[in-house]
Amino acid sequence: MKDVMLGNHAASHGARLSKVDVIAAYPITPQTLIVEKLSELCADGDLNAKFIKVESEHSAMAACIGAEAAGARSFTATSSQGLALMHELLHWASAARLPIVMAEVNRALAPGWSIWTEQTDSLAQRETGWLQFYCENNQEVLDTVIMAYRIAEQVLLPVMVVLDAFILSHTNEIVDVPEQAMVDSYLPPYQPEFKMDVNNPHAFGGLVTPDNYMEMRYKIHQAMQRAKTVAVEADQEFQEIFGRSYGVMEAYKLDDAEYVIMSAGAITSMLRVIVDAYREKGLKLGLLKIKMFRPFPTEIFKKLLAGRKKIGVLDRDISFGATGIFFQEIKAALYPEKKNGVPALFGYVMGLGGRDITLSHLEQMVDHMMSHDEPEEDSVWIGLKK
Amino acid sequence: MEAVFPKPRIPEEEYIYPGHLACPGCGASLSMRYALKALGPKTMVVIPACCWSIIAGPFPYSTLKVPIYHTAFETAASVSSGMAAALDQLGQGDITVMAWAGDGGTFDIGFQALSGAAERNDNILYVCYDNEAYMNTGIQRSSATPYGAWTTTTPERHLKDRPKKNIMEIMAAHQIPYAATACVAYPEDMIQKFRKAKTIRGMRFIHLLSPCPPGWKIPDDQSIKVTRMAVNSKAFPLYEVEYGEKYRITVEPRNIPVRDYLKVQGRFRNLTDDDIRNIQFSVNKNWDRLQKKVRYSE
Repeated sequence: MKDVMLGNHAASHGARLSKVDVIAAYPITPQTLIVEKLSELCADGDLNAKFIKVESEHSAMAACIGAEAAGARSFTATSSQGLALMHELLHWASAARLPIVMAEVNRALAPGWSIWTEQTDSLAQRETGWLQFYCENNQEVLDTVIMAYRIAEQVLLPVMVVLDAFILSHTNEIVDVPEQAMVDSYLPPYQPEFKMDVNNPHAFGGLVTPDNYMEMRYKIHQAMQRAKTVAVEADQEFQEIFGRSYGVMEAYKLDDAEYVIMSAGAITSMLRVIVDAYREKGLKLGLLKIKMFRPFPTEIFKKLLAGRKKIGVLDRDISFGATGIFFQEIKAALYPEKKNGVPALFGYVMGLGGRDITLSHLEQMVDHMMSHDEPEEDSVWIGLKK
Repeated sequence: MEAVFPKPRIPEEEYIYPGHLACPGCGASLSMRYALKALGPKTMVVIPACCWSIIAGPFPYSTLKVPIYHTAFETAASVSSGMAAALDQLGQGDITVMAWAGDGGTFDIGFQALSGAAERNDNILYVCYDNEAYMNTGIQRSSATPYGAWTTTTPERHLKDRPKKNIMEIMAAHQIPYAATACVAYPEDMIQKFRKAKTIRGMRFIHLLSPCPPGWKIPDDQSIKVTRMAVNSKAFPLYEVEYGEKYRITVEPRNIPVRDYLKVQGRFRNLTDDDIRNIQFSVNKNWDRLQKKVRYSE
C-alpha cells in the first residue's frame, strides 16, 4: 500500500512491521515524531508492544538492553545530544551482543544549539560496535529498519538506521508500506540462543580478566566482518520479496567514470543531479553512495574505486583537527593499494549545522576537484561565509 | 511419640554458592543470600557497578543459581524496567526482576533512572544494599555516608559535614506501592519484607543497611552486632511504607544511645562529644518524625 509519510513516520512503521516487543524512547527534536507515532500505534492496538516512556535517552538504551537480554525485540530512536548521552550504553549493547535497532536522526551538536542536520553525531559513534546504515529517502528508512533486524539478529550486534534531520525526518514522500505477511516471511521472530532464563541461569557481562577480554573483542570484530556478507544477503533477499534493493553502497553512472564523488544520506539525491549535469558536459563523473558505514565495506570500495583518476568525498561532518570522517575512512581504505596507483583523493566539508548545500556548492566541489591534480589541504570547506 | 522439630524460620534453600568473592564479614553477600531465600528461583538479578560486580565472580563463573545481568553503574533501574517489560510481553510476568545496587548506584549516579522507574511504577523490585560509602573503589563518601563519618574523600580534618540523604522519604514521596528498610541483623524481618515485596506488582524498594568491615573499620566478626546496634540506636529504624503514606515500624528498637553504635566503628573515632550530641539530636528528631507518620497511618 502506498502512503505519503514523513521520514520519521517511516521509521515508526518500520518498527511496527518488525513487530517489536519493547520500545523505550525519549523524545528529542527532530526525532520526536517517531516516538509520537509509535505511542499512537501502541495505544490503538496496531502494534502489540510495551512502550516504556523513559526519563532520558540513557535510560532508553538501558531499557532496550534489559529487554533484549530477556529475549524481546526492542526499538528506540534518538538524535544528536540524545545519542551523545547514550554513548556509554551503545558500548554496553554491542559488547553484550544485543541486536537492538535504533533510528538516529542526524542533527548537529551544541553549543550553539542547532536542531538542523549534520552527520557528526552518528559518525562520532563509529567505535561503539554498532552497525550503521545511512538512508537517502523515506522508503529507504522504512525498508532499512526491517532489514536492520534481519541483519542484527544474525550477527548479534545492534544497528543504527540513520536519516537526516528535517530533510527526511520532516519531509513527506510517497512510501510503499509492505504488507505484514511479506515482512513476516522476511523477518523471523527473535529467538536468541542466550538470554536471561530462570531455567538455565547464567551470569552475563561480569568481570572479565585479561585472560578472556581480548577474545571477546575479537569475536565482536569477527561478527562485524561477517555482517558485510550478511548485509549483502539481507539486501538481496529483500529485493526478492519486496522488489527493492539498496546494496551496502550504490553506484550511479560509475562503470566508465574517471571521476567519482561520494557521500551518504539525503544529499546523495542532489549528487545524482550533479552527475547528470556534468555527464551532459562530457565529464566522466560517477557517484558512489555510502549506505553501510559500519562495518566499513573496504573490499568493495577498493574494487569499485580502483583505476579512477580522482575521488571527491562530501562530508557533512568534521573531526576537528583532522578531516571529514567519511574522507578519513575512504583514504584509509585505499592507502594499502598505493602500489596499484591510488586515485587523487579530495575531501570537502559542507552543510554543517543544517547550512543549505546548494547545486552551486556541489559544482564548486566538482570544479575544485577537476582543477587540481593533487589536494592542497586535508579538507576544503565549501559554503563558508567570508 | 514422634519428635516435633520447630519449623525453620529462615528458608533452607540456598541460591548462592560458597566461594564468592566478598570480604569476610560482608553484609552484602549475606543480604543477597537472605533475599534469594525469600524470592526463590524465579528471580532475575540486575547488578550495576558495585561490590556485587566482584562478589558475583569473574567470567565464566557465577555465585548465584539465578540469572545475573551486569550493567552500567547508573542503569540498574532502567535495565530492570526493560527486562520486566520484556518478560510481561513474552508471558513470563511471574518472574521477579530484582535490581541489586549499592548506595552509589542508588543514592547518587543511578538516582535519575531509579526515580524514573518509580514514577512509572515499573514492575521491579529495587534493592539498595547500603554500606554508606563507595566501598568497592576503596571507601569514598557517597550521599549515603552519615554525618561525621571518615572516608578517603572525607579525611579526618574534614569529616562528612552533611547528613545522609533520606532515600526512603524520597522513594516514599514517589507513592510507590511498597518501600521498606531491612538489614541482615534481623533476617526474619528481612525475609518477610522480601516475601511481601514479591507479591506486589509495580515498583518496590528495599533499603538494606549493609555492614562493611573494611569501610566501617570494625572487626569482621562484628558485622551483625554493629548492624543490630544501628537498629537499636534508631540510627537505622526498620519500617515499611505503602503507597507513600502507610507507615509501620516492624522491629521495635531497644533504645540504646547512638554513641554506643558510633563508638564501636573506627570510621567515627574522630567524633567529638559535641558531634555525638548533634547526631543523637538528629536521630531523635528523625525517630519522632517517623513515629508521627506511623500514628498518622493508624
